[in-house]
Amino acid sequence: MHKFFIRFFVSSLVLLFTFTVAAIAKDVKAAFVYIGPTGDHGWTYQHDVGRKAVEAAGFKTTYVEGVPESADAERVLRQLANSGHDVIFTTSFGYMNPTNKVAKEFPNVKFEHATGYKREHPNVSTYAARFYEGRTILGTIAGTMTKSNVIGYVASFPIPEVIRGINSFTLAAQKVNPNIKTKIVWAFTWYDPGKEAEAAKALIDQGADVIAQHTDSTAIVQIAEKAGVYAFGQASDMDKFAPKAVLTSVENNWGPYYVDRVKAVANGTWSQKDTWHGIGDGMVVISDLDSQMPADLRSKVKKLQADLASGKVHSFTGPIYDQKGNLMVAEGKTADDGMLAGMMTYVKGVEGDIPK
Amino acid sequence: MIKIVKRDQPSRAIFFFTPVLAIFLTLVAGGLIFFILGFKPFEALKFFFIVPIADKYGFSELLLKATPLCLIAIGLSFCFKSNNWNIGAEGQLTFGAIVSGGIALLFYEQEGFYILPIVILAGAIGGMLYASIPAILKTYFNTNEILVSLMLVYVSKLILDYLVVGPWSNPEGFNFPETRQFSDSAKLPLLFEGLRIHAGIFLALAAVVISWFVFYKTYLGFQMKVSGFSLKTAKYAGYKGKKMIILVFLISGACAGLAGVGEITGPIGQLHREISPDYGFTAIIVAFLGRLHPVGIIFASLVVAITYLGAETAQIFMQIPKYTGQVFQGMILFFLLASDYLLFFKFKFIGSKK
Repeated sequence: MHKFFIRFFVSSLVLLFTFTVAAIAKDVKAAFVYIGPTGDHGWTYQHDVGRKAVEAAGFKTTYVEGVPESADAERVLRQLANSGHDVIFTTSFGYMNPTNKVAKEFPNVKFEHATGYKREHPNVSTYAARFYEGRTILGTIAGTMTKSNVIGYVASFPIPEVIRGINSFTLAAQKVNPNIKTKIVWAFTWYDPGKEAEAAKALIDQGADVIAQHTDSTAIVQIAEKAGVYAFGQASDMDKFAPKAVLTSVENNWGPYYVDRVKAVANGTWSQKDTWHGIGDGMVVISDLDSQMPADLRSKVKKLQADLASGKVHSFTGPIYDQKGNLMVAEGKTADDGMLAGMMTYVKGVEGDIPK
Repeated sequence: MIKIVKRDQPSRAIFFFTPVLAIFLTLVAGGLIFFILGFKPFEALKFFFIVPIADKYGFSELLLKATPLCLIAIGLSFCFKSNNWNIGAEGQLTFGAIVSGGIALLFYEQEGFYILPIVILAGAIGGMLYASIPAILKTYFNTNEILVSLMLVYVSKLILDYLVVGPWSNPEGFNFPETRQFSDSAKLPLLFEGLRIHAGIFLALAAVVISWFVFYKTYLGFQMKVSGFSLKTAKYAGYKGKKMIILVFLISGACAGLAGVGEITGPIGQLHREISPDYGFTAIIVAFLGRLHPVGIIFASLVVAITYLGAETAQIFMQIPKYTGQVFQGMILFFLLASDYLLFFKFKFIGSKK
């Protein structure tokens, strides 16, 4: 009888504790700052899908969309930090300096900055995705599907992230088709349907029959659809915008990371991190493969996807040469993260120069 | 029955009353829009117009936001008063920021009291240079200044893009499109610890005082007024039209350039691609809402500034889409133009005839 009471007492204590912890956990509020509108079907849209995953996990969320990277960003961040948000995700590179500045004033609020490199305070983490792994898949498909051996690539800004994507794409395409050339058009924008469409047209005029993009709008896949060439979706599954042209898309899947980090805040286990996740961790997702692709290509891609996920295959495995023929990565070696983070030279097979 | 009658003369009382009417109608229409969208209209308006400035910090942010708008609008009022349609203040702001930012970068990691005045002056000169292009083309080649000044906005943004992506990008910044941070000596001093409001506000206030003096106490102001009413009269009176056109454009460009300086050497502290959320265009609304009067422009800049802050607050606390802020700015201008009808026409009540 005595034992029973102790057991009852202890178990109810445990139960009470669990409920309390759960209740506290649910009180954590996360905020998201977006550069564009949530309906852009690209970058911001995918971050908002991630935010909804956090909501679904039982946390309260807030977002502010269309926050310019001007002096306004700092005010929005301060207001979010001031109004009871425990963790703030800033989802554009240009928020880097405001994020670190406001983080200094609010040491109890956690800040998560996407795609940046500054972590000046212990409450600032950075995160990004290894999109280049997705581009290895796209390059494999493009190299196989092209007939003209000219592949077009609409690029945004000449930063390592974009150069890395071009290189990874070209290397994979060369592996299946040594004769291909990658032609680049720099749009100097992340999102501008008009400019992106012009860039795509220019590439098609130059003989490209597969177009890849590192910009966010659906304009390029729609131009490709009209011109009867292939294209790939960026950020979200763009198949419905151009069902014939889009062979597959590389999706940005932020949800699991967001849920993880918000839970860490709730449990008090959050600590500063620099996260760079790829296909293996599910941050980079390959959409359904189009049935226009031959069956053997589809199974090859599936296998490549699994190998990239397990680490058996790395996008940058030597020998890799630059445009002038200098060795960048020796045979049997793979590029380390430091080299990838600062990559500012094209590999052999890419046409043109990096704009300076 | 009500009859609409043309006024013999535009009513002066109505002239200053219509901006107030426009703001009132905007609030009513805004409340209605909130109601249709399924939000409580009064609560939404409270979060839009009261909550953002309810504390010291919020009020300082309002002044920070209003400073460039006021400065640019004062400059534009010189142009608009004299029938010169400078639509390109955004470009003059950008070019001013480019020139002053370039100077600030030259003084990277250097300190000295002389740096800031040079940086500020450079911004004003940059804005003036850029505004002189449409002015000279207008006076000597009879081009349309609306088109030229507007198109030059995009040119200035492309120049800025080129510089921050290429030659001026931060060498330690992994080629991301931004420059280094300016040294402290190249930055405008903050007025209060912990607030972002900076000495740029004094530039705006000085512009207000000077413009009032010029408009109402000088021969130039009188010339501008006459040219504004009728270019033919101005010509008949023997005013040197070309000189005045260039002068008002230079003043306008200097103000816009200074607004650019205030942004980059104030809260931003570096050059990057997005230094202004279209202040140069919004200031056109401010100038007209303020009736091209220096004091009116102060109030107008505060009203328009709050639509920015309110949009953020309303989204954070009520999940109202942030773009409603732009809807409000558009509505203010719309209602102002619409109620200007009352300037020239009046309603006359006529007893029904039996």
